Amino acid sequence: MYKILEKKLLAENIYAMRIEAPRVAHAALPGQFVIVRADATGERVPLTIADFDPNEGSVTIVIQTLGVSTRKICALEAGEYLSDFAGPLGRPSEFVHEPIEELQKRRFVFIGGGVGTAPVYPQVKWLHEHGVAVDVIIGAKNRDMLIYTEEMARVCNTLHITTDDGSAGSKGLVTAKLEELITAGNHYDECVAIGPMIMMKFVALTTLKYALKTTVSLNALMVDGTGMCGACRVTVDGKTRFTCVEGPEFDAHKVDFDEAMRRQGMYRSQEQRAAAIEAEREAGHKCRIGLDK
Amino acid sequence: MANKIPRVPVREQDPAIRATNFEEVCYGYNLEEARLEASRCLDCKNPRCVAACPVGLQIPRFIAALHAGDLPLAAEVIAADSSLPSICGRVCPQESQCEGACILGIKGEPVAIGKIERFIGDWKLENPTAEAAATTPRNGHKVAVIGSGPAGLACASDLAKWGYEVTIFEALHQVGGVLVYGIPEFRLPKERIVAREIGNVERLGVKFETNVIVGRTVTIDSLLDEEGFEAVFVGSGAGLPRFMGIEGENLNGVVSANEFLTRANLMHAYDANYDTPIYVGKRVVVVGGGNVAMDAVRTAKRLGAEATIVYRRSEKELPARVEEVHHAKEEGIEFRMLTNPVAILGNEQGWVAGIRCVEMELGEPDESGRRSPVVKAGSEFEIEADVVIMALGTSPNPLIASTTAGLETNRRGCITADEQGQTTREGVFAGGDAVTGAATVILAMGAGRKAAKAIDAYLKSKA
Repeated sequence: MYKILEKKLLAENIYAMRIEAPRVAHAALPGQFVIVRADATGERVPLTIADFDPNEGSVTIVIQTLGVSTRKICALEAGEYLSDFAGPLGRPSEFVHEPIEELQKRRFVFIGGGVGTAPVYPQVKWLHEHGVAVDVIIGAKNRDMLIYTEEMARVCNTLHITTDDGSAGSKGLVTAKLEELITAGNHYDECVAIGPMIMMKFVALTTLKYALKTTVSLNALMVDGTGMCGACRVTVDGKTRFTCVEGPEFDAHKVDFDEAMRRQGMYRSQEQRAAAIEAEREAGHKCRIGLDK
Repeated sequence: MANKIPRVPVREQDPAIRATNFEEVCYGYNLEEARLEASRCLDCKNPRCVAACPVGLQIPRFIAALHAGDLPLAAEVIAADSSLPSICGRVCPQESQCEGACILGIKGEPVAIGKIERFIGDWKLENPTAEAAATTPRNGHKVAVIGSGPAGLACASDLAKWGYEVTIFEALHQVGGVLVYGIPEFRLPKERIVAREIGNVERLGVKFETNVIVGRTVTIDSLLDEEGFEAVFVGSGAGLPRFMGIEGENLNGVVSANEFLTRANLMHAYDANYDTPIYVGKRVVVVGGGNVAMDAVRTAKRLGAEATIVYRRSEKELPARVEEVHHAKEEGIEFRMLTNPVAILGNEQGWVAGIRCVEMELGEPDESGRRSPVVKAGSEFEIEADVVIMALGTSPNPLIASTTAGLETNRRGCITADEQGQTTREGVFAGGDAVTGAATVILAMGAGRKAAKAIDAYLKSKA
């Protein structure tokens, strides 16, 4: 059992939870993820790591309530326990293995979209702590849906914010902001984008124009997260890869995003059905057409 | 004449009913049936069954003890060589091991050794005796066991009995390895059998730590250098699924048998009280002919699909246990032998619509001695399907070997170890599927026990 030390509402339906998990906190590196199970009947849910503190033995995760399983996790309060918390899983970001003096010569631009901003944070923080210059673009639907802006501002050179409706930062997409920065003369050696699959796809298309090396972190479906099931198969450079053990980060210009998006929807009809039943149950309604059977 | 009695038939759930539930198929013998079957054993001077058992179980001795009504003795005879009789009695390929060698099998039917073993094992689970080891003083030496499947459980049990402080590290949230995620409830009951066998290991003083992925959460080096373990046993199994590399394999609806079975078994996806989804569709095609293929196809059937096995060789070559093939047929599984997929066909939305196959014929024997299948020219045809399950075998997970300096593997990714389980790294032992590639529960258990002996000898030599 893994204690929830703190729970914070970051935006509508987005929560941050600091979890007591000393082994994971001790081993975690930027780019990795965990698998979380709320209780004995829960699903194994892969979630990216938003922060970790080896001294305290804690790991922070950021979760958006999307379906039955994420809602179940978010319904838990500080002081309560998660049944399972396994990790860190996946390979750390490539840069953690590179010589620091090489990294310091390079300029990174990170793009975080929506809840994907959270896993960008530990990477930027790590680079900042190692003296590497980083610019960050955070994109969200509107001002209320922005997360991690203050934390990010503390660890990056320049923070740019974009919202779909212009309620904060500049109005428009992250890709437009990126192009604006590049055409204004900012030179970047590397781009890292984490967010909705569709955003990552368009970042990849944009950076390809500028031959800007780009890495994305894929949130594929998974069961075990250790290479056993293959649910997270993704085509990279024409070859099938397992996101859980060979990723989650891949060269954005080689990922087949259309296939990856399609594969994410593999269990959508079941998930929607489960969510509908759950909503009915919450509303005290007994299904009369047998959907709950 | 003892051998004039026909083999005692075993009671089973009616095929039509069991094809809709997950209850165990085989009810097993009761005492009367088991003793009657035991009376058929000729107690050969040169027992070929013992020679054919991978762990050399003293089969005629436990059969004689059962026949004499001495169940505690029968259980004790088995316990000398096997720590998991209830499980092995259910899942061993007896027809190619003990029963395949039984002299009675030459002219008639062999003694039902598996069913007798299962009966004695289950009796022992129902009638536990205080294990001497629970009172064995701890010797202060710590051993780490990686993986809680058959190899790890067997290794840990023996070491604990000898006084070692053993911790088993399991990557998943539940212990049992393949016994829990792989083999379905209808073949191996989880609560009644697996949980109890694990409970017995726990009572020996073995500690379990779940959610620890060795190679990620900790490493073998950190266990040895920072956590005070003096030896490590790697029993991490062969968990990586293989795919065919054919067109359409990443369509929605193509899954590995590992994924399908893990959702059904470990995650209880067939139970509405659990949150994990499973996609079954209307027509399921399972590619492969081993036990895992049979488990997957029968699970799909139980979840309401029309289920078909596609296998590239003929029925004679099916690697699955004869009993599983027989049960599958009784349950209405369609078998398409000498058939090999060449492509998976999708619809416009990227979901599986069918599978394109070719007919095969058997050619010359290959290095395994089996006649290798050859494509019959111009024989392409299509089978309608909305789910395709790949059950083509598995290979060891490279995670441990790739994060442990000095731990060598062969070209198939299996950890290199000698007969006793000693690897190329001092203090590190390995056994089971992690060393052999996908094999059987009994071989893994045997390897775990051999390694326990080697670890004991190694730690005594260091003292």
